[in-house]
Amino acid sequence: MSTQAPVAPAPVEGAAPATTTFEPVIIGFTCNWCSYRAADLAGTARTKYPPNVRLIRLMCSGRLDPTFVLKAFSEGADAVLVSGCHPGECHYIEQNYKALRRFQLLQRTIEALGIEPARLQLVWASAAEGVRLANEIARVTEEVRAIGPLNWPAGDIVDLDAVDLSAAWEATGGDADGPPEAPGGVNPDHAAGSLPAAASQPAAATQPAEASR
Amino acid sequence: MSAAAGSNGKTAAAAKPKLAIFGAASCGGCDVAIVNIHEHIVDVANAFDIVLWPTVMDGKYSDIEAMADHEITITLVSGSMRTDETVHLAKLLRRKSKFVVSFGSCASEGCIPGLANLSSRKEILDTAYSTTSTDNPDGIRPIWEFQAPEGVLHLPEFEPVLRTLDQVVDVDYTIPGCPPESNQIWAALEAVVKALNGTGPLPPKGAVLGAGESTVCDECARKRDVKKISKFVRVQQVAHFDPEICLLEQGLPCNGPATRNGCGALCPAVSAPCIGCYGAAEGVIDYGARLMAAYASVVEAMKPEEIDKVLDGIPDPAGQFYRFSLAGSLLRSGRSAWQNDGE
Repeated sequence: MSTQAPVAPAPVEGAAPATTTFEPVIIGFTCNWCSYRAADLAGTARTKYPPNVRLIRLMCSGRLDPTFVLKAFSEGADAVLVSGCHPGECHYIEQNYKALRRFQLLQRTIEALGIEPARLQLVWASAAEGVRLANEIARVTEEVRAIGPLNWPAGDIVDLDAVDLSAAWEATGGDADGPPEAPGGVNPDHAAGSLPAAASQPAAATQPAEASR
Repeated sequence: MSAAAGSNGKTAAAAKPKLAIFGAASCGGCDVAIVNIHEHIVDVANAFDIVLWPTVMDGKYSDIEAMADHEITITLVSGSMRTDETVHLAKLLRRKSKFVVSFGSCASEGCIPGLANLSSRKEILDTAYSTTSTDNPDGIRPIWEFQAPEGVLHLPEFEPVLRTLDQVVDVDYTIPGCPPESNQIWAALEAVVKALNGTGPLPPKGAVLGAGESTVCDECARKRDVKKISKFVRVQQVAHFDPEICLLEQGLPCNGPATRNGCGALCPAVSAPCIGCYGAAEGVIDYGARLMAAYASVVEAMKPEEIDKVLDGIPDPAGQFYRFSLAGSLLRSGRSAWQNDGE
């Protein structure tokens, strides 16, 4: 059933047409005690960094569950930036080492699944390093822009009738072949808790997969 | 059989609730596990009118198609959604059944067949039909549609991405395991039979039946102390494992911390690491993510190079963390599975 084949993304290299620059969506997980304050400092100092990054504050980079990263990729993020206190400076003694090990293990796993390791980056930034964090965000944004969109189609392989069966029945009137194939499904697990940052994106820039369908 | 029950009109058999057991892309191990409930299989036959069980008895899909909606009380589906035929039958059985149970690891999270999601359809067919172990000098490949003199013949078409049952239809209950332990199968079926007799509560929709709500570690009798792993080992590299101490603490990648209990921790009891066949523990969204978090927490290394050296002990992270759960994971597949390769 070719209709169920998820749409392959555009070639990775040079994917962005010359007319519109590809704006990657980057989810940034920051630590309450350092990198989030660094971003705050960048703001008060009027240091600009690309709006591509959507910062989410955690109490510590050690709070980063690998689930957060995989959920971000599966729901449209092009890259994930993890940021915490420099080694040896963790507010909770050594949890940033945990983050470092999770990051290195996650990079190996996503590479095995075909996601470029550069889509997951780790940046240490203290509360005083607003400019450094801004520069790193700019660097990551340009690197991801060069790699191109991820367009992970995880949600597309789920049939809509898995979400609301009664509606699907009504739609088919009891036809034995089942409801028509959904053009793109929604994972019921995700529908309630989608990434808040992703919802605020301009459609053309953040949902190229949707646009091409 | 439904036909016999139907012809007898309102006999006792016709009044019994109907049961269907369907294997999609599966090895048949789930069916063996059901039969392995021993004499209780007679109780199952007494309690239900078995209308479909292709592995064990004759049954016609046309009989199912002729049924009214919701006529089957319970359908157990083992196996994953690999071809358009299995998807069609899963949807048909869903329509005809009051309750659909995702039975076993394949239906619930993809299981071993789900690892095919690391490869494209072309790579899979190349391996099956064009490697040196295959005697296929003419390079014959399956074709999904064939014009025979008598008419057009169809083969079930191989879908690009293997899916779990709940990615295709609405699922009421899940019985995990590869295969589910037979005592757990009977416990789950008994609960449903009791509910049908009015002598027990009906499990809430979405419930996981025939398993625990914790992890394999909780059931494991091995002693756990402070977990610190400075080196991962493979089972063939160590002559003797301590029979008392946690296998993970001995460096063996054991999947117990992320895996649902209910199996009785049979594998670690005999010094074999848990491989995760009972799927994600209660509340775990992504099995591999939970396991990665657990492993990374106990690796004893602080510098990136040292960490890399320890992690080299897990040469196949996708296989280690998603052996049973890739198709049901957040990412669902490797990239090559959904890239159009022209096959």
